[in-house]
Amino acid sequence: MSDKRIFEIYRYDPDKDAKPRMQTFEIELDGSERMLLDALMKLKKQDDSISFRRSCREGVCGSDAMNINGKNGLACLTNMLTLPQKVTLRPLPGLPVVRDLIVDMSQFFKQYHSIKPYIVNETPPPEKERLQSQEDREELNGLYECILCACCSTSCPSFWWNPDKFVGPAGLLAAYRFIADSRDQVKEERLENLEDPYRLFRCHTIMNCVDVCPKGLNPTKAIGKIKEMLVKRA
Amino acid sequence: MAQTIHKYDAVVVGAGGAGMRCSLQLAKAGLRVAVLSKVFPTRSHTVAAQGGIGASLGNMDEDNWHYHFYDTVKGSDWLGDQDAIEFMCREAPKVVYELEHMGMPFDRNPDGTIYQRPFGGHSAKYGEKPVPRACAAADRTGHAMLHTLYQNNVRNKTQFFVEWMALDLIRDSEGDVVGVTALEMETGEVAIFHAKCVLLATGGAGRIFAASTNAFINTGDGLGMAARAGIPLEDMEFWQFHPTGVHNAGVLLTEGCRGEGAILRNKNGERFMERYAPKLKDLAPRDFVSRCMDQEIKEGRGCGPNGDYIALDLTHLGGETIMKRLPSVHEIGKNFANVDVIKEPIPVVPTIHYQMGGVPTNIHGQVVVPKNGNPNTIINGLYAIGEASCVSVHGANRLGTNSLLDLLVFGRAAGNHLVETALGSKAHKPLPANAADYSLSRIAVLDNSTSGEYPQDVANDLRKTMQLHAGVFRTQASMDEGVKKVVAIDERAKHLSLKDKSKIFNTARVEALEVANLMEAAKATMVSAAARKESRGAHTVDDYGDTVEHPLGRNDQEWMKHTLWYTEGNRLDYKPVNLKPLTVESIPPVKRTF
Repeated sequence: MSDKRIFEIYRYDPDKDAKPRMQTFEIELDGSERMLLDALMKLKKQDDSISFRRSCREGVCGSDAMNINGKNGLACLTNMLTLPQKVTLRPLPGLPVVRDLIVDMSQFFKQYHSIKPYIVNETPPPEKERLQSQEDREELNGLYECILCACCSTSCPSFWWNPDKFVGPAGLLAAYRFIADSRDQVKEERLENLEDPYRLFRCHTIMNCVDVCPKGLNPTKAIGKIKEMLVKRA
Repeated sequence: MAQTIHKYDAVVVGAGGAGMRCSLQLAKAGLRVAVLSKVFPTRSHTVAAQGGIGASLGNMDEDNWHYHFYDTVKGSDWLGDQDAIEFMCREAPKVVYELEHMGMPFDRNPDGTIYQRPFGGHSAKYGEKPVPRACAAADRTGHAMLHTLYQNNVRNKTQFFVEWMALDLIRDSEGDVVGVTALEMETGEVAIFHAKCVLLATGGAGRIFAASTNAFINTGDGLGMAARAGIPLEDMEFWQFHPTGVHNAGVLLTEGCRGEGAILRNKNGERFMERYAPKLKDLAPRDFVSRCMDQEIKEGRGCGPNGDYIALDLTHLGGETIMKRLPSVHEIGKNFANVDVIKEPIPVVPTIHYQMGGVPTNIHGQVVVPKNGNPNTIINGLYAIGEASCVSVHGANRLGTNSLLDLLVFGRAAGNHLVETALGSKAHKPLPANAADYSLSRIAVLDNSTSGEYPQDVANDLRKTMQLHAGVFRTQASMDEGVKKVVAIDERAKHLSLKDKSKIFNTARVEALEVANLMEAAKATMVSAAARKESRGAHTVDDYGDTVEHPLGRNDQEWMKHTLWYTEGNRLDYKPVNLKPLTVESIPPVKRTF
């Protein structure tokens, strides 16, 4: 099976390039490259300077997020059969580019850290596990599975405009993951931390985040629940 | 040019489950700890673990650590050290409860306790029947665990150096480890980390094989660092083939599938494991199940047009159970095999999954080597934990769920040991002169290369060779040939060439440096395997079959001993297995049946 594809890839190496450029590659696939990541690795054999992150190649580590034909996604979960003959790859939008498809994710993680992403429970723990009902545990489904790939936050116009002030969909999904956990004792503080015109309320339910999440999660819904809680609280 | 020197009490290399469990213990105690990682911590390969953490909580059925201890010794085919195994199995419930207290989103039972599922080789009453011992968060246990550990490290202000690749250990004239060199990937700069203690938590080297469930980052960096520093690697001939890797994709399907009731079938639809393991059936240990699958394929009962795979059948579990307990398996089936596991069986083959061997340590995680007649002399300032280490709790074959447990127990134990021995109040030993020279020269060779081979071409040839000569079924002749081939590839690996010479985030350079580490792991594996003239656990050699004298080919008189491989001259040494547990009676070796 012969399958010729055109790859247009965003290239920028601050070591030698004055400014970014798009570079076109032709690649012949032989059918063994199931996913975009397989094709990219084949391309890297042609030109070892093409730079991107990758690790687990099965969609759980969140390394290889990129902008694929205009939409954010993971290269390792994007089947080549779903892509047209011409594939345009750019780094995730809105974050500083380190090199080629590699972005500086500091701002993204800073926002994640800002929501205190850990359980706070000052009651001395029992000798065994803290009990949690199945219903309470189910509240965490759709929240804890986030892989921090940043597809969502970097597809969000509100995050592009205010990456330093708006927590962004990934961070807010995580915030709700801890608010929703029956074992956490600082819900009030968590809500307080988000009661701000920027941190939470910059979300205008554009829902790009839901559209691009490679794990099928719904940050908008989680954000809605936080907003609801804040309204009730007021 | 002088290198930047970072000074810490402890430097943990690797931010997977073991590294972060350890750093958490150190940070909580107020020590200055740095964690170096090639990838952002939550991208470490622990994230891909699916099935569960083994601990005898007894939440579903009667269980205790004695049963777990027995299963692990038997699972190890009596190559595991029984002191370490006792320690791990006794500590297991505690580390799981701690993780729960940290916020780990375990699945729950109706009474609110942690949900546990059966797993291969885990039994009640010393092999009588399977027992649910795997503490699980759906089939995303590793993900949930790694994120929980990262979150708690954030809380305790652990200092992470993200996208820094550790290069070489720094040893002083007395042989003590006093630091490590590392490459900052974003800038291409090499720095020195001056430390009172370095902990290797770099995971396994699963990428020495062509078909592997492992992430691309699993290149055995800690093994390479240790080997280059003159430290032997232990039991590297023992590699686990996981029975259920997706055919032609390598991606793992958790043993939790079979824990939840899935069945392996041959082309006749027969549940063939009943023939081989009447008691544990599909839940026999992994080495055993993998060999049975291979046997079925060899005897013409494999599935598919080429008869080259086995069918994993989940269809009778029902959509609801699958979506609740095994949602990722459903996703993987769709993405990597075009199969809806609710509706049809999925093609699987035994696939390289886990490295039982590693850097030799004692139960505190301290690296130990033979010296002056003592096989376990401590190397000051160096620890190893997790898959990178060989303590040895897995022996010749690891039981499913014991890997995540290993990370937690020994990550924590190493941290505690450093705290108890008052690392904080000790002084730094001085760095030797030119401590970074060796690493810098390794990088200079690559940067100045004008001719030579592309690193991935050499690595791919290595992977093919290992797959062929160190696979599920081994023969003496094939292993001997494999040794020659690997030694030849090792020569090629000394002449790699980079076209990309950029300083900034040069992934080609990182990959070339990884090849050096893969080579050490591969040589250790091939040379150790060819030397072991018996069948034991995952090391199954056609030449050494089942006889009255040596049941299942295992030769305890001559080979119940740990292999130690040194890179210099590919030299081998051996040390005894510790059959003496800490407090209980030893489990004497018998023929393994299930």
